[in-house]
Amino acid sequence: MILETLLATAPDWALRHAAILVPVVPLVMAPILALSPSARLGWVLTLATTAAALYFSLLTLGIVQSLPGGVISYAVGNWAPPIGIEVRVDALNAMVLLIVTGMAFLGTIFAWPTLVSEIRKEKIALFLSAFLLCVSGLCGVTATGDAFNLFVFLEISSLSTYVLVAMGSSRDRRALPAAFDYLIMGTLGASFYIIGVGFLYAATGTLNMADLAAQLPGLTGNRSVQVGFAFIIVGLGLKAAMWPLHQWLPNAYAYSPSFVTMFLAATATKVAIYALVRWLFTIFQPDYAFEQALFYWILAPLGIAAMVICSFQAVFQTDIRRMLAYSSVAQVGYMLLGVSIGTAAGVSAGLLHLFNHALMKGALFMAVAGICLTYKGTTIRDFAGLGRSAPFTMAAFAIAGLSLIGVPLTAGFMSKLQLGYALFDHGWWWAVLLVVFSSFLAVFYVGRILQAVFFQAPVNPRKHRKEAPLLLLIPLWILALANIYFGIDATFPIGLANDAAVAALGQEAFR
Amino acid sequence: MWEFILDRAGYWAIIGLMMISLFIAFSAENLIKRLVGLSLFQTTICLFYIILAKVTGGTAPVLLKEDMPYHPAGHAAAETGAQLTAASGERFAELVHTYSNPLPHVLILTAIVVGVATLSLGLALIVRIREAYGTIEADDVRAIDIETAIAQEAEAEKDLKEATA
Repeated sequence: MILETLLATAPDWALRHAAILVPVVPLVMAPILALSPSARLGWVLTLATTAAALYFSLLTLGIVQSLPGGVISYAVGNWAPPIGIEVRVDALNAMVLLIVTGMAFLGTIFAWPTLVSEIRKEKIALFLSAFLLCVSGLCGVTATGDAFNLFVFLEISSLSTYVLVAMGSSRDRRALPAAFDYLIMGTLGASFYIIGVGFLYAATGTLNMADLAAQLPGLTGNRSVQVGFAFIIVGLGLKAAMWPLHQWLPNAYAYSPSFVTMFLAATATKVAIYALVRWLFTIFQPDYAFEQALFYWILAPLGIAAMVICSFQAVFQTDIRRMLAYSSVAQVGYMLLGVSIGTAAGVSAGLLHLFNHALMKGALFMAVAGICLTYKGTTIRDFAGLGRSAPFTMAAFAIAGLSLIGVPLTAGFMSKLQLGYALFDHGWWWAVLLVVFSSFLAVFYVGRILQAVFFQAPVNPRKHRKEAPLLLLIPLWILALANIYFGIDATFPIGLANDAAVAALGQEAFR
Repeated sequence: MWEFILDRAGYWAIIGLMMISLFIAFSAENLIKRLVGLSLFQTTICLFYIILAKVTGGTAPVLLKEDMPYHPAGHAAAETGAQLTAASGERFAELVHTYSNPLPHVLILTAIVVGVATLSLGLALIVRIREAYGTIEADDVRAIDIETAIAQEAEAEKDLKEATA
């Protein structure tokens, strides 16, 4: 309904160029922001830019839903694909674009108080400029229909992410080695991806994704296609923090500025998973023998290993941000497990969990940022007794935490339910047991925090009653209420995820 | 056998370089060396693309006289992008000379820019790490981190005791 009003009121140029404007608006605004004289002006501009990006991605979603084929194909510079670069948006990208720009917008609202306390004043405008570059890169990866273009945008987002992570050094110097490790691993991942694209280019002579998808069925036995496929999966797996390629993630999340942690946790790995789904299902078709083997012998076991092992690791962390970071890797495991089923229901469940995970991890990290802001600590001990001194922040934290466990009436329950259905349909009942077991572990690590927050006396007498600032509470509660709303009435995200899965799997939808 | 190997000498060189650079990027303790390994890895990928682009007997992809597109009204009247794209398939068959594939070269220009950006960002990070830790050896940095973590833990422990006492 909101989409229809937006479509009806949008000017003609916006409708025509919506798909490309999502990544281009932040890209153009980033260097302008770097020149901004004051931090506050920079923040207002960032807010306007992310709002514009959100507007254009909503328009894109509306157009995709109203078009009969469900695909926007935009020839950049009027050079027709497959020779020119194409921006190609279907239900799958439109959903991920909505997540990225939505979280960027909510994140920017909440950013101001945390930035003022964590970043030096003269650096704030530059910091926000790097953030806009990151948003642009992530949107570009999502929107593009060109395999090499994806690499370029991936590197734009990654390079700006390394900078953002390293900016945490004013609070904790361990951010610097964390950013450096992330740089090494992230660059290796992108390089692996580009080697894979090279192999595919050698075999097919094209870089356009739709064109690749058309040519690959004739080349099933080709060794260089298979090698390229392997390189691409490893490279994107590194970016998506697929177990055991996640070693960069816990440190990067634990030491970066709170705003960056929240934004990365909600978007960065999601975009990599999107790219993985795009390659696995639309470009390579899942009926290739080697891809079936990959699903069964690699993706599913790795997803399950992430679910179980990283949940175990999360239980033993004392720093809350590290605990949530390990939990993020575990949640990536759920998504990969859903994807590895290979059916429309499985992909849909994985994508639904992707959507919900952005909601819950966004809310959790926002709440942690609020506490970090007012009470300067992120260990469980620092959180003791906060239920009494910051009831609004902690109530939202509790809601999102319950959603992370998958308690009924929260969004997390919905996606785990869908995942369970898809697994049962596929006959993988043992995997359902493991999902339940891993959720049980989540009860432990979330429960440890909640127990400290609500049932322990504050150990530190300085903790008087003090909430997080209002700018932080508003987006936090929007996300927390969304967690509950989508747990009761999940038609909107399930519809998005189903459309996306159909678009990912269905050839005619992508054509 | 030897022919098979020698025919692909370029690829063997690339495989060797790639292995070496990957090993350096993973195993070196000195952060600069690690960055050198990474940079070498990216350069090897550039080489890989360049070798892919080589067409046997092909010359540099700049059109020679016989292959020049014919424009009655000069370059000003050149076709729009869309028309050019449509016509390129037919033009391809008419070429007199063989040319190497120019596209990978263009891609690699982008990849080189990315490589430069990564290298400079990495070096900047190393400068900051040296300012913060006084060393650029990864194992020393790790040892310092562990020491600080233990010290912080002890302090928190002490605070807790004072608060309860």
